[in-house]
Order: sequence, then C-alpha cells, then structure tokens
Amino acid sequence: MATLDRRQIGSILAKQGILIAFALFMIVFTIANPKFISIDNVFSVVRSSAILGVMALGVTFVVISGNLDLSVGSMMSFSTIVVLDLHDKIGPLLAIPAMFAMTLCLGAFIGFLVGYLRLNSLIVTLGMLSAIHGLTLTYSGGQNMDIADKEGTWFSVFGQGSALGIPVPILIFVGLAALLGIALARTPFGRKVYAVGGNGTAATFSGIKRARTVFTCYLISAGCVATAGMMQASRSLGSQNTVGQGLELEVLAAVILGGASLLGGSGTIFKTVIGVLILGFIQNGLLLVGLQFYVQFVVTWVIIILAVWLDIAAKRGKLFSHIA
Amino acid sequence: MTDPVLRLEDIVKTFPGVRALDGVSFAVMPGEVHALMGENGAGKSTLMKVLGGIHQPTEGAIFVGNEQVVMAGPLEAKAKGIVFIHQELSLAEELSVAENIYLGELPRKRFGMVDWATLRERTNAILAKLNVGFDAATRVGDLSIANQQMVEIARALTVDAKAVIFDEPTASLTDAEKVVLFDVIADLKASGVGIIYISHRMEEIFKITDRISILRDGQYQGTVNTAETTEEAVTQMMIGRKLDLTRNASHHDLGDVALEVRGLSCGKLYEDVSFEIRRGEVVGFYGLVGAGRTEIAETLFGLRTPSAGTIRLAGQEVRIGSPTEAIARGISLVPEDRKGQGLVLGMNCRDNMTLPQVDDLTAGPFMAEGAEVAIFDQYRDRLDIRTPGWKQKVGNLSGGNQQKIVIGKWLSMHPEVLIVDEPTRGIDVGSKSEIHKLLRGLAAQGYAVMVISSEMPEVLHVSDRIVAMYSGRIMRTFTSDEVTEDSLIQAISGLGTSSEVA
Repeated sequence: MATLDRRQIGSILAKQGILIAFALFMIVFTIANPKFISIDNVFSVVRSSAILGVMALGVTFVVISGNLDLSVGSMMSFSTIVVLDLHDKIGPLLAIPAMFAMTLCLGAFIGFLVGYLRLNSLIVTLGMLSAIHGLTLTYSGGQNMDIADKEGTWFSVFGQGSALGIPVPILIFVGLAALLGIALARTPFGRKVYAVGGNGTAATFSGIKRARTVFTCYLISAGCVATAGMMQASRSLGSQNTVGQGLELEVLAAVILGGASLLGGSGTIFKTVIGVLILGFIQNGLLLVGLQFYVQFVVTWVIIILAVWLDIAAKRGKLFSHIA
Repeated sequence: MTDPVLRLEDIVKTFPGVRALDGVSFAVMPGEVHALMGENGAGKSTLMKVLGGIHQPTEGAIFVGNEQVVMAGPLEAKAKGIVFIHQELSLAEELSVAENIYLGELPRKRFGMVDWATLRERTNAILAKLNVGFDAATRVGDLSIANQQMVEIARALTVDAKAVIFDEPTASLTDAEKVVLFDVIADLKASGVGIIYISHRMEEIFKITDRISILRDGQYQGTVNTAETTEEAVTQMMIGRKLDLTRNASHHDLGDVALEVRGLSCGKLYEDVSFEIRRGEVVGFYGLVGAGRTEIAETLFGLRTPSAGTIRLAGQEVRIGSPTEAIARGISLVPEDRKGQGLVLGMNCRDNMTLPQVDDLTAGPFMAEGAEVAIFDQYRDRLDIRTPGWKQKVGNLSGGNQQKIVIGKWLSMHPEVLIVDEPTRGIDVGSKSEIHKLLRGLAAQGYAVMVISSEMPEVLHVSDRIVAMYSGRIMRTFTSDEVTEDSLIQAISGLGTSSEVA
C-alpha cells in the first residue's frame, strides 16, 4: 500500500474535510446511542430534512453565482399558504401550477433586481424576506390556512406518501438533487454559474451574459422553494403563515457546511446534500443523546462556525491570520 | 555651498536572479526640481520603494541632509521628511479633507476625543498655502482627481518635508489642472524643498525641472542640467544601445483589410481615431497609460459604446453592442488585466480555455468534455503551456502560463481580429520572447492582430506598423521601416503639439 506523506494527508483533509468530519460525527453519536444509525432513524432524519434540503439545492446555485438568497424562508411560507388556499378553491391539479407560477414571479423579480440592475443581493433578498412576509399575511388576511377535507385529498402524497417503501419527500429531494447536480456539473449553464461567481468580470470578457445567468439562478431557487412549499403544505395540509420563518438561515448554514464559498465560484450540489444531512443529523443526534431541543440552535451554529474556520485554515495553511 | 537634502550613494538592489538597481547615485538639492527618467522597467519604481523604506537596499547608502539613514518602513521615511505623492491616490473618500490630511495623527482633546477646532484650523492654514478652492470640511469623494492630489500634497506639507517625490502626477490631470500643480511645485521649490519628479512626459520635464537623472536597466546613466540638454539627448540616454530594439523584420504579403475604424470617438476617452488592420498584419498601439488605447480595444469588443465613428469588419459596417456580439463577429480580446478580466482563477485550465464557447461545445444538453479536453490539449501543445494537466487550477500557474491560457482561449475561437492588450505585463523574460514569437507567428498565419503595449521594445519587435497615441488621439502612424525610438517617444509624449494643447 502506498504511504502518504504529511502534505498529502493535509491536502486530503482540506479537500474532504467535511466528509471526514461527517463520518467522525456519525461514529461518535452512534457510540453514544446505537439507535442513531438505525434505518428508521436515518429515514426519519432524511425525511425531515427533505424540505430544507430542496430549498438548499436552489440556494446553492445562487451562492455559487456569487450572491445570497435570504428570502427563501418567507417565500416558502408564501408558497405553502397559496397552495393550501387554492387547493380548496380550484382543486390541487390547478393549485400546484398556479402556486409555482406565482412563486417563480417572485424569483424573477429578485433575479431582475440582482442580475440586471446589479443591486446587492444581501439587501434585495433581505428586503424581499420582509416584503414577501407582508404579502403572505395580506393574502391570508392574517389567518392560518387549512384544507377542508384532509382525509379525501390526493394532495397529501407529496408530504406523506411513499413509493417502494421510500417516503415521497425523500424521493423528491434525491431526484431533484440528481437533476440539479447534473445541471450544475455537466451543462453549459452550470459552467456559466461557476464562471460568473468565480470572476464576473472575466465571465463578461468571455461573452457570458452575467445578468441572465444570475437571473436564472434566482428562478431555480424560487422553483425549489415552490417545491418545498408544496411538500410542506402536503405534509400538514394546513399551515401557519410563518411556517418558513428562519429557514433561510438554516438553508444557508447547510450550503456553507457543504463548503460552498459565500464569495461564489465554488460548491457542488453533492456537498450541499452532505451539508443538509449533517445539519439534520446534528439536530437529531442532540435530541437522541437527551439534550433539550433549544440546545441545537447553539450547537448548530458553533459547529458551522468551526467548520468555516477549519475550511479557511486548511486553505491558508494556518489557523490564525495576521495582518501585514 | 549648500548640502543636498537627499543623496543616494551607489544603491544596489538585487532580487533573486535580477539586479534591479545597479549602482544608482544622485543628489537632490534644496529648492531643486529633479526629474527621474527611464523606460518602464528601468528601475524607477524599485528606487522609489528603496527610498520609501518598502525595500531595503542590498548595498549603498541613503543620506538625508548630512545624516546617513536606514529607512525601516514608510512611516520612518515620512518622519525623516521624505514624502511621496503617489500616482494612485490613497485617500479615504468618505472622510473630510481635514481627516484625510491628519489621518492617524488627529489632534486630541481629553478622553481621546478629536479636537475638531484645532484640526480645522491647521488644515485651513495648509490649504491656504496651496491656494485651493475647497476647505477642511469638504468630503474628499466630492473633489476632482486634481484636487484630491492637492489633498495628498497638503498631507505632505504637514510634516517638515525635506524632499517630495511626485510619481507621474499629471497622468490624470487636465491642462488647467496641470498649471495649478506646477504652481504648487514652484512654491515648494521656493520654500527650499527638494523635489523628485518622475514622468514620461518630456514636455513637462523640460518645462519645470532643473536637472534630469536617467536610469536604464537599473543602471544610473548620469545627471544632466535641463537647460543644457535636449529631448533627443535624454531619449538617447534612456534607450542606450543595450536594449533589444530589433525591429520586426519579417515581411510577408498582407491580405485584405480585416478591421477598419473611421473617426471613432468615445466621449473624451479618445477622439477621432482612424486606422485599419489587414490580415497578416500586427499593428502595435504605443502610448502612455491613459492615452486611450485600452478604451479603443474595449469599444471594439463591445464593452463601450462609441459616441461617433464607424467600425467595419471585412468591409461590412458593424455595431458591436456586447462582448457576445464581438465574439460572434470574430473579434477576440486578450485583456490587459489577466487576473481580473482574463481568467477565473479558481477554475481549472480546460474550463477557462473553453469559456467563450461553452454554448457550442455540447453533446445534447451536456458539455462535451472530451471535445473540451481535445481543445485544451491542442493549445497546450501549440503554445507550450506548462501545467501538470487540465485539472490544475489556473491560479496555480505562473504568469506566463496563465497568459498563454488566455491567448489559447481566444485562438481557439479562430478570430478574424485578435486584440492583445499588454501581452507580456508581469511576465518573465523567457515567456515574453515566446509570446512575441507567437504573435509574429499568428500574423504569418493570416491573423489580423492589434497589440497594445506600453513597452517600446515590445512594440518595435512585434509590429508591422505602430500607431502612436497621446491623450486620446492618434499622433502618428509609423511603418516598421521608418520608426525610430526618438520619433516614437516624441509622438507619445505629445511633443510637436504642445502649442495646440497648452
């Protein structure tokens, strides 16, 4: 067997650090509570992460293109409320495409502001977070939304159904991850996303339409949010109008944990999926070892900040940076 | 006899493999304006960095007054009375003039609070000396470039300046603003300060300086009295005979006109520019930074909209609204700023090279990665790009190999017109001559090539014709047979038009 010198080990750690950390984490928690790795528990974690995961897939595109999307949480509330409301008014078959169209309009608006007008994405999407929240409240008249006939609708399949023994939310998450993963890694569009995020000026100098690329990333993000909203609505068949509140940060956390740079130009769908799973397993693991629910907020962010620090440290070759 | 304010004695500075400065000695007298001249790469910047404490000299000594000094860093240089007015201004735009001038040394009251009254008073006293039209409270970002430069000068006056160094101070000034600057320099001079004035512009040098020191290839060529010399003599000292000034001697038959530009203007960036480039021809654009050459290239590549004039490609008048359109019409641009505009440093070599044609290199909905690798391999071999493989990130390559990636990227588009802006900036000597050979080779294959360069040996070496530009205008077009170094330098310094301009 070939031996590895220290430098090679360091390079592997830097490249696969997140996977190694994930493996270590799983081992430690499995020792603490063997139930952690049981099929039932794994399924339950993946299933409960699926909605967050679907949103993270879209945000991955936005982040790689060098932008942020903080509006996905309130946009998800919007999608959920709209599809529930329309379900009883025009039936699920029409409600779903109608909700998708409305959500995509929101994404197109953000994409226009960030892509074509070149406004700062942090400010635009932070503003949209609040504006869409207001829109949702106006639409629902401040009321929570419920489907009248919860037993009789096939709409519940997206959140509660299963096929071949696998829960549908997992199937949607995995299927969408595969589709978007291939789009990002293998198509001309994906290449443009990396180029625009890596160096927008150089991309422009290579004839790539920067604005259109960014715009499309926000459309993809909105499409993912609409899918997540559909899954959420289907799972509970009724919802508060704040159901997605705070999810934007969890989504961003998953994308960062996966190792995408907030400066743009790096990250993959596969890594984001790992990030989503880590986040899910952390929260689940903490519960299983008997910590209280709210501890997870602290622990999650401690782990994210550690991960980001180690990632940067691996890149610059030392833990601390000093100026000059 | 008075002592010099600043004296350099046998300064030598070596970097690994390079003797950047080799025995430079000269002295600046109080009340003297002393020009420092030399071609790009002659060692002026290195010398200034030694003087400013950014580099330590390998050998030699610096004297301020009669005292030998060691400049440990920029702050120490300033404390010793050596002050720099940089070409690129370093001001905090959001702060007031007063805050900028006293940044880091703001007068304090009790509890560390800023003493605004004293600050304003001191600043206005300095501004009064400079006779400027703004006051201490003005936000620096609201000032013109010329006035921002005045703020830099005011900052210099807060210390007891013995020598003030101006680095290309007029590069971005209008003629009226230059007059104001020259008045300030005259005042400084009258108060006994020694001034080092670095510039390429002969006209200014002969107008305001007392003596001229000349560097060439890091070596001191001598100091002459301005009144007793001529532009030709100075030029001769700057160029010498050592530089490789071989002109392009290869002659082959030229083809049709590939690019024809008539009366092209873009606001004040450049005006009424006309030229043509034939297939098989390299046309060099020579001039100072800011002469408008890059802006012309950017217009041809669809990055700027011209305000007047026409562009014809192969006889057909065209409008080029975006880089995408330029590429579609067969124009390629190897941009000036390799890292900022040419490459996505975090991407691998292959992906960088095929970036302009991602939409065409497809198999169904996917990238045709095999075809991409084939393109990369082809240009790696043709341009002799040294990299462990296409998966290597471009950011890890040397400057020369990075530049070859950019050139390969555009050659693989098979352009009708290839524009190359500063093809060898920041590249080692070996790669330089390879790239020169490559550019000649492209012409021989029938490409129409536009080369923008600020290095005279380079333009002379690669061009069939040379277009000399000065502040947005074409001064003269030379064929490679008729061009001389003197006439070229004069054309790009605005000589012969001084009556028009002033």
